[in-house]
Amino acid sequence: MFDFGIITNWIHTQFTSVMSEPLAIFLECVIIGVCLLLLYVVVAIIMIYMERKVCAAFQCRLGPDRVGPWGSVQVICDVFKMLTKEIITIRHSDKFLYNLAPYIVIIASVTAFACIPISRGLEILDFNVGVLFFMAASSIGIVGILLAGWSSNSKFSLIGAMRSGAQMISYELSVGLSILTIVVLTDTMQFSEIVMRQADGWFIFKGHIPAVIAFIIYLIAGNAEVNRGPFDLPEAESELTAGYHTEYSGMHFGLFYVAEFVNLFVISSIAATIFLGGWMPLHLPGLDGFNAVMDAIPGFIWFFAKVFFIIWLLMWIKWTFPRLRIDQILTLEWKYLVPIGLLNLLLMVIVVVFKLHF
Amino acid sequence: MGNNIDIKEKLAAFEPSAEWSDAGDGMFRIPAASFRKTAEYLRYNEGFDFLRSLTGMDWGEDGLGCVYHLENTSTGENIVLSTADKDRENPALPSVYDLWKGANFNEREAYDFFGIKFIGHPDLRRLFLRDDWKGYPMRKDYDMSSNPLNMENEVSDDDAPSYEMTDDGSYILKRHPLFEEEEYVINIGPQHPATHGVLRFKVSLEGETIKKIDAHCGYIHRGIEKLCETSTYPQTLGFTDRLDYLGAMQNRHALCMCIEKALGIEVSERIQYIRTIMDELQRIDSHLLFISCLCQDMGALTVFFFGFRDREKVLDILEQTTGGRLIQTYNTIGGVQADIHPDFVRKVKDFIGYMRSKMNEYDEIFTGNVIARQRLVGTGVLSREDAISFGTTGGTGRASGWACDVRKRHPYAMYGKVDFKEITFEEGDCFARYMVRVKEIEQSLNIIEQLIDNIPEGEYQMKVKPLIKLPVGSWYSAVEGSRGEFGVFIESRGDKFPYRVKFRSTGLPLVACVDTIAKDVKIADLIAIGGTLDYVIPDIDR
Repeated sequence: MFDFGIITNWIHTQFTSVMSEPLAIFLECVIIGVCLLLLYVVVAIIMIYMERKVCAAFQCRLGPDRVGPWGSVQVICDVFKMLTKEIITIRHSDKFLYNLAPYIVIIASVTAFACIPISRGLEILDFNVGVLFFMAASSIGIVGILLAGWSSNSKFSLIGAMRSGAQMISYELSVGLSILTIVVLTDTMQFSEIVMRQADGWFIFKGHIPAVIAFIIYLIAGNAEVNRGPFDLPEAESELTAGYHTEYSGMHFGLFYVAEFVNLFVISSIAATIFLGGWMPLHLPGLDGFNAVMDAIPGFIWFFAKVFFIIWLLMWIKWTFPRLRIDQILTLEWKYLVPIGLLNLLLMVIVVVFKLHF
Repeated sequence: MGNNIDIKEKLAAFEPSAEWSDAGDGMFRIPAASFRKTAEYLRYNEGFDFLRSLTGMDWGEDGLGCVYHLENTSTGENIVLSTADKDRENPALPSVYDLWKGANFNEREAYDFFGIKFIGHPDLRRLFLRDDWKGYPMRKDYDMSSNPLNMENEVSDDDAPSYEMTDDGSYILKRHPLFEEEEYVINIGPQHPATHGVLRFKVSLEGETIKKIDAHCGYIHRGIEKLCETSTYPQTLGFTDRLDYLGAMQNRHALCMCIEKALGIEVSERIQYIRTIMDELQRIDSHLLFISCLCQDMGALTVFFFGFRDREKVLDILEQTTGGRLIQTYNTIGGVQADIHPDFVRKVKDFIGYMRSKMNEYDEIFTGNVIARQRLVGTGVLSREDAISFGTTGGTGRASGWACDVRKRHPYAMYGKVDFKEITFEEGDCFARYMVRVKEIEQSLNIIEQLIDNIPEGEYQMKVKPLIKLPVGSWYSAVEGSRGEFGVFIESRGDKFPYRVKFRSTGLPLVACVDTIAKDVKIADLIAIGGTLDYVIPDIDR
């Protein structure tokens, strides 16, 4: 398995050979930041293109196919269109908060995005309470959405924001509980460690029944966490026109839009990391020849393959189910998912204490 | 309306001042003073529980008044009443909103266009026109120049006026506020993705729960009934396609039938067959769009595209014969515009097979879906009594257990001779309204299948005089439109122009009942209710 740490260390040595250590670290941080943002944009573009093509396939359509081969340049054109559109300011809105809201959402999204280990040695934010940090960072997004709904001075936006507040805070619990189930299994909160411990089998196999239950709860709650159908109530276009971002235009709207897609990516990649081994290839204990073949495939390919498989699953769900109602969504969370999640956590503790896992 | 002999005698005995006039379908003229008493008698003693149509009239010298088409839903008896007030300055009639809930919006319409004050009506605001409109446009003496183009925004009234009569014969105007100061009122519409057109609901919310709904209509009112009064009979045909654009065939069928009835024209069997098949194709088209839009409103976008995929096939068939996809302009007085296309029969037969095979796709993805059921079952229940009282015909009425299909009640064209089931459900909730439409697509396919192989030879257009003049009298005929009873009422004074044309809107009762069935539901339920009621705005705003 190739370790990207060799490259990063080499760059670090090159930098320190020509300049002082603090300056080198500062420069490295800038470079990493730029790379992160570039990757963020590329992921967003791929996701939007994928969404269009996948939903077209489910709906007996072709999707975009005019601009570029198979319409692949369409999304880039749309990004440019979005960039050139006017940002309309609204009278009677709270100007400062109104302009701030999309950036809070995008900052939360980028920070959460930085937590993901893409391949061995390609971890940006990786420390011993990584899981906790990820949960904290991704929760900040709610503040942005609430601010957007509140500051727009629009009744539709406000209802959308209230819905998303109720929904996202609720579902954060289930996301946390299912991640905690895996933390119990691994006894670490560091993402890179979580991946390393799956070298002899992914946690969904090692943790068997409680892990599968946690995985399903995580998929449902994660889907709700990023406001996607059938949980897209905060922006239910047939009820609230566009929910909390009704009054936003131009790139401000674009930021919400991009953040939503990348959040889906983040949620899926956390699912891939903690349940399906992240960049860890599929290893079967005892079959060394097979494991060697699997190791030949680079880690980031494993990672992206798993992530996009989960994204595809979530898109399938989105384009099949009708939307839930607000009371049903909260019933599902508080009466079903949270109790099941708590019991499942207990089950996992029993499994770990009595060493019933593989 | 053949079977009203008994009731005619009964009514004549009850109210000696009622005057029977034979012209056209025939109707009772009842003096305004004893009208309320007669209406109560018919409603409570004789069981006339369904107000089919309420038409405001300007009879010139004879005053301003209304024509009421009543039906007894248990016996199928029909009766037509009219009443008028000679006072043109300040006409007033007793309101019957408490006898038939459907009268509420219809009386507001009559007030809006004729200025008739309905005494006792709780909310006598204008229904279609702006609150600051001058004059009453459907009156014959209305000055067309009295309302120049107004560039100001409309300030809508926040209170509802009502008129009460005092003992000395004068009226007092009372005003009731619609919403309290501290209520959280949002506008759903006029521009909103889920109102299916330009309809505006003012909704008072408590959290997500709806406390009260106030419907505002008229954003696309085109004055078609007024236009008809200055058009010759063949010219009036063009307007009907633009009412309920998902029932273009049926609407025009109703108008042609009404004119043919007045002229005494019998159309050939071939025409009857073609009209029936076209009506049913149109119904399938409309019901497919219903399913699509409901699913889209509920966030299931994939079903939306399924519906449009299949609807495209119907439109292709219609287009080949009529040349139109939305606006069909196919029926004419005494026939149809053009003979069916040589490929028509084959294509329709192919479509029947295709559509039957596709129906289970809808069931798999939507009907059986657990979320869809959670959202629809038990939501927005309309009781059978309310359905009849509001006059919500069509799929909505049948979902509440009211067998209101005009094709069965008053068979026309080939419907008396084909075998089909009238789909009714007892629940009256959103899911029943959805299921009625799904099952009706199958029934429509059955009807078409029985007719398509046996279209007889013959003329597709009967000989009609180039200048059409209807004799003196008034006629009403109705068809089962895609979303209920679509009726046409024509009063003629023997000219080549109609004196008054009234289209019974299929959608107006559906909007009228929203406030009743959407109380204390969530916003999302209102969208589901609106979707399943299946109103089309141009049909409400005629």
